[in-house]
Amino acid sequence: MAFQSTKDYIVSPELALAVNAAISLEKPLLIKGEPGTGKTKLAEQLAASLDTQLIQWHIKSTTKAQQGLYEYDAVSRLRDSQLGDSRVHDIQNYIKPGKLWQAFTAPKRPVLLIDEIDKADIEFPNDLLHELDQMAFDVYETGESIRAKVRPIVIITSNNEKELPDAFLRRCFFHYIRFPDADTLSAIVEVHLPGLTKTLLTEALELFFGLRDMAQLKKKPSTSELIDWLKLLLAEQIPAQALTQSKEKGGLMPLYGALLKNEQDVALVEKLLFMAKRAGR
Amino acid sequence: MLIDFFLTVRKYGVPVSITEWLDLLKALEQQLVFADMAEFYLLARLCLVKDEVHFDKFDRACAEYFEGVESLDLASLIPPEWLVPNLIRQLSEQDKAALQKAGGLEALLNKFRERLKEQQERHQGGNKWIGTGGSSPFGAYGFHPEGIRVGQQGSGQRRAVKVWDERQFADLDSKAELNNRNIKLALRQLRRFARTGATLELDLAGTISATSKQAGYLDLQFQRERHNAVKVLMLFDVGGSMDDHIEQVQQLFSAAHTEFKQLEFFYFHNCVYEHVWRSNKRRPQDLVSVQELIRTYHSDYKLIFVGDATMGPYEITYPGGSVEHFNAEAGAVWLSRLTRHFGHYVWLNPQPEEWWRSYASIAVIQQLMQQRMYGLSQDGLTQAIRTLLQK
Repeated sequence: MAFQSTKDYIVSPELALAVNAAISLEKPLLIKGEPGTGKTKLAEQLAASLDTQLIQWHIKSTTKAQQGLYEYDAVSRLRDSQLGDSRVHDIQNYIKPGKLWQAFTAPKRPVLLIDEIDKADIEFPNDLLHELDQMAFDVYETGESIRAKVRPIVIITSNNEKELPDAFLRRCFFHYIRFPDADTLSAIVEVHLPGLTKTLLTEALELFFGLRDMAQLKKKPSTSELIDWLKLLLAEQIPAQALTQSKEKGGLMPLYGALLKNEQDVALVEKLLFMAKRAGR
Repeated sequence: MLIDFFLTVRKYGVPVSITEWLDLLKALEQQLVFADMAEFYLLARLCLVKDEVHFDKFDRACAEYFEGVESLDLASLIPPEWLVPNLIRQLSEQDKAALQKAGGLEALLNKFRERLKEQQERHQGGNKWIGTGGSSPFGAYGFHPEGIRVGQQGSGQRRAVKVWDERQFADLDSKAELNNRNIKLALRQLRRFARTGATLELDLAGTISATSKQAGYLDLQFQRERHNAVKVLMLFDVGGSMDDHIEQVQQLFSAAHTEFKQLEFFYFHNCVYEHVWRSNKRRPQDLVSVQELIRTYHSDYKLIFVGDATMGPYEITYPGGSVEHFNAEAGAVWLSRLTRHFGHYVWLNPQPEEWWRSYASIAVIQQLMQQRMYGLSQDGLTQAIRTLLQK
């Protein structure tokens, strides 16, 4: 059941090894990397290739660990008690299972994605230590204990906004997705936009890597931005020569808005390209 | 099994625990990889290393374990200021004349590169060579990114053992020891929980009493959630004599970073004058005026200075005393402006306390700080936190 590149997603051998190790040793896999390198997409593709359910838990700054286990809706129970509803006698009616509960009780071994764990409060990972380690937790209101029948495959992504506690890291495998090199990138582009002419692709990639090499950029363009840009180039039917021309003239590339997301970056690139052109003359 | 490997990795400062090592052994037992060096390297990294800042240390550990090469990482210890532009400025007229004889800087540098390449191919003794070269100004150029490559370049054939020689993660190594629990625990005492933000949490006790007052008619009460409400503003001294204490300060920094949600930090050099910097590179575009700090941050922020306070006393007490620019008002004036605005402040000093008496400037700062200077040690930190918590 080894995980490999699919027709929609290119996996480096390192990443494939990491995923397979996490599957067979039943440990959560923590994935870091630049934004736009396909961290979230990995979980989707993994679930698709194993033909199983994907349970996504998107973390926000207000997310609490408890919400992943279950929530006790005390307010509706109080309201029901006022209205004389008979459901009120069973506390079970007011307990709503969270994402972890769903993952633990799924019939087939699911993929659980905990997306952007670094967005949450600093205490969040610590609150999940036991649950991820033992894949079990107790429901205090009913005294029931939820235990995973099969340990779900857990993929955790982080954008490095906060450091994660050591105790948490010790329980995970860790993989850092590096930015792909030119060959892998063209393979990725081939997957997303089959039939892109070779010259357009080489011209575009050259411009793209040139942009990424400018050290002062606030936000470097990533893979997903490259693909958006290429899509636009295709849609506008811009020929490869236009890219070459823009480079020779020393102006901005066509449709630069897909690559540069910050007006200071746009101004900087414009200036640098102009200077490069003057130096070349 | 693989105990030496485990110990080597730990020797290089990668925080690995026994749990993780057992994971690796388990993975090997399951035959996830078999008799393949490159895959073993990847698997070991996956199991043992939990942060990309440690990848580089791990690569060096692998290099030592598998090749027995004593690695000495001079390259990353050399400050970037030694790069070419400065080098040329540093040369005396005499040097320049000598240089001319050797066929100009360019030719010399070419020779330098050639020698370096030779060194690489033999793959040992690099330390020795760099050691002798390092003492001459020309040697320093070797540490220019173009000059030095620790790994073998473009070997074409991707021999497995060479993966770690490429040291692709050298940039990510922040050299920060992240696991200094003592500092984290000391800082944790500074937490102050308070209920702030939107009323989202059901106040059960409040609801029951409100409901009873209404004779059983339901009256829901909500309350604000508890957050760690302490706000911290840290000012770090960087450069100069602080370089000796870099490790301690980094530990403090990374611990503070994980503990406080509302942490702001700025940098200064030797003493605070009218400006501080947003990044430790201290570029002109990162300047922030101290007046702005005072305007921006409310006085309920706790102010922590981190610096060795070791300088000429005139740098603090006289206008124009700064070693870098002309300051119209003395550092002491700016320091007391800050301390007057922020009621809660301390100065943490990485210098050992027994040396404090030997420096006049430390006494001056002590006085300005109203004796709130503490050593950057376990005890000092605890005392400093206690001072910050006093009303």
